[in-house]
Amino acid sequence: MAAHEQFADDLALYALDALDGPQKGVIEEHVKTCAACRRELETLRGDMALLALSASGPHPPQRSRDRLMSAIAADNPAVAPEPAAVSSGGWFGRLGWTAAAAVLIAGALLMNDAKEKNAALQREIAGLQAKTAAQDAELERVRGEFAAFFGPEIQPVTLEVPNGHPQPQGKAIYVQSSGKLLFLASNLPALPDDKAYELWVIPTTGNPLPAGVFRPDNKGSGLVVNPPLSAGVAAKGFAITVEPKEGSPAPTTKPVMVGLVS
Amino acid sequence: MASALGQNAQDDAREVTAQEGEASDLSLVARVRARDESAMAALYDRYSSLVYAVSLRVLGDTAAAEDVLQEIFLQLWRKPAAFDSARGSMGAWLSVIARNRSIDALRKRKPETDIEDVVLSVETNFADNADRGRALVKIREVMSSMAGAQRSALEMAFFEGLTHTEIAEKTGEPLGTIKTRIRAGLLSLRAAVAG
Repeated sequence: MAAHEQFADDLALYALDALDGPQKGVIEEHVKTCAACRRELETLRGDMALLALSASGPHPPQRSRDRLMSAIAADNPAVAPEPAAVSSGGWFGRLGWTAAAAVLIAGALLMNDAKEKNAALQREIAGLQAKTAAQDAELERVRGEFAAFFGPEIQPVTLEVPNGHPQPQGKAIYVQSSGKLLFLASNLPALPDDKAYELWVIPTTGNPLPAGVFRPDNKGSGLVVNPPLSAGVAAKGFAITVEPKEGSPAPTTKPVMVGLVS
Repeated sequence: MASALGQNAQDDAREVTAQEGEASDLSLVARVRARDESAMAALYDRYSSLVYAVSLRVLGDTAAAEDVLQEIFLQLWRKPAAFDSARGSMGAWLSVIARNRSIDALRKRKPETDIEDVVLSVETNFADNADRGRALVKIREVMSSMAGAQRSALEMAFFEGLTHTEIAEKTGEPLGTIKTRIRAGLLSLRAAVAG
């Protein structure tokens, strides 16, 4: 699917961060839900990189490399710095034993201070690593609990009045503050190969916002989980329309299902 | 002007082509993830000139450009996973980050995007230095043959960080003309490198 021509010029400016005014917000919202325009945006950023290659100039000075490598060495707890080799002759003899002793004491104090700082950093890193491991474990547990509901073995069952005809149904669960949305549908009619159902958030003001495209399975069930929606959009309701399988930026057919927020 | 640009490009092309045979960006990034400082040094040696050239062009100040250079490579060291090799070359990715960070520095604002948020896609494999050198020659040819007003609009947006409204005010051209010129300029670069 090609990017939308009406956004083409603005997409190029947006890639360069050269778009201002209300168009910037329009593009920001549009690329959240339009895969084709998002791809074109990424390609335009690649074009930007070509422009960057046109820049030329002197090489960075050696001190930049030294500065970076020092910063990296200090930032790398896994690798302890090599101790500096000290020869027994040379400057030791020239300084004299008193001066040398003073230097050694000062050095020892500095090393002790550095060791204490290093130990504190190591403790901090260990604490952060433990925290990360705990968060990873929790994430894994949550993933495990939910994974089964998205696998091939799920058994969706819709409870109906006995002997009634199954009717299409949809259930949207929406959290306005975070923009999270879960939508489940059942008994949806099958669609031609080039069509799909598209979910819309109907805001209290403005046009419907695309909230995900889906095709029902062979039992007529469909699912949309957390489509890319902006946080804080007040929803008046939700609707489903039949659209081209790639989705549409705005509804092109009458809704087959509508639900208003009570 | 055009011939000077062409000569510079050929020099740069020879320089980057001479680096062939070194470890791939991907393997260097994998080693950086394992905290291998020598891999980081190799990436720096490969791309620091590109990053520095972009920053210096935007900022016009060597100390400020060095700061941006340092910041970008430190970020890469700390977040090597931010580079997604499936989407484009390291050189392209770093150059876009360099430009964005330099514009932030120019406007004295905090970095607006994390390096992980910079997602781009390029057809040309800039990881291959020979390809990068050839692309360099083509890009500079396209830039030097571009109409002055178009090249100027593109450079004002890219290197000066001006918005299309600011460019229109500066040049006295209609907004629509600026938009069209910038997009056409980017597409001509894409076509030149793809061709």
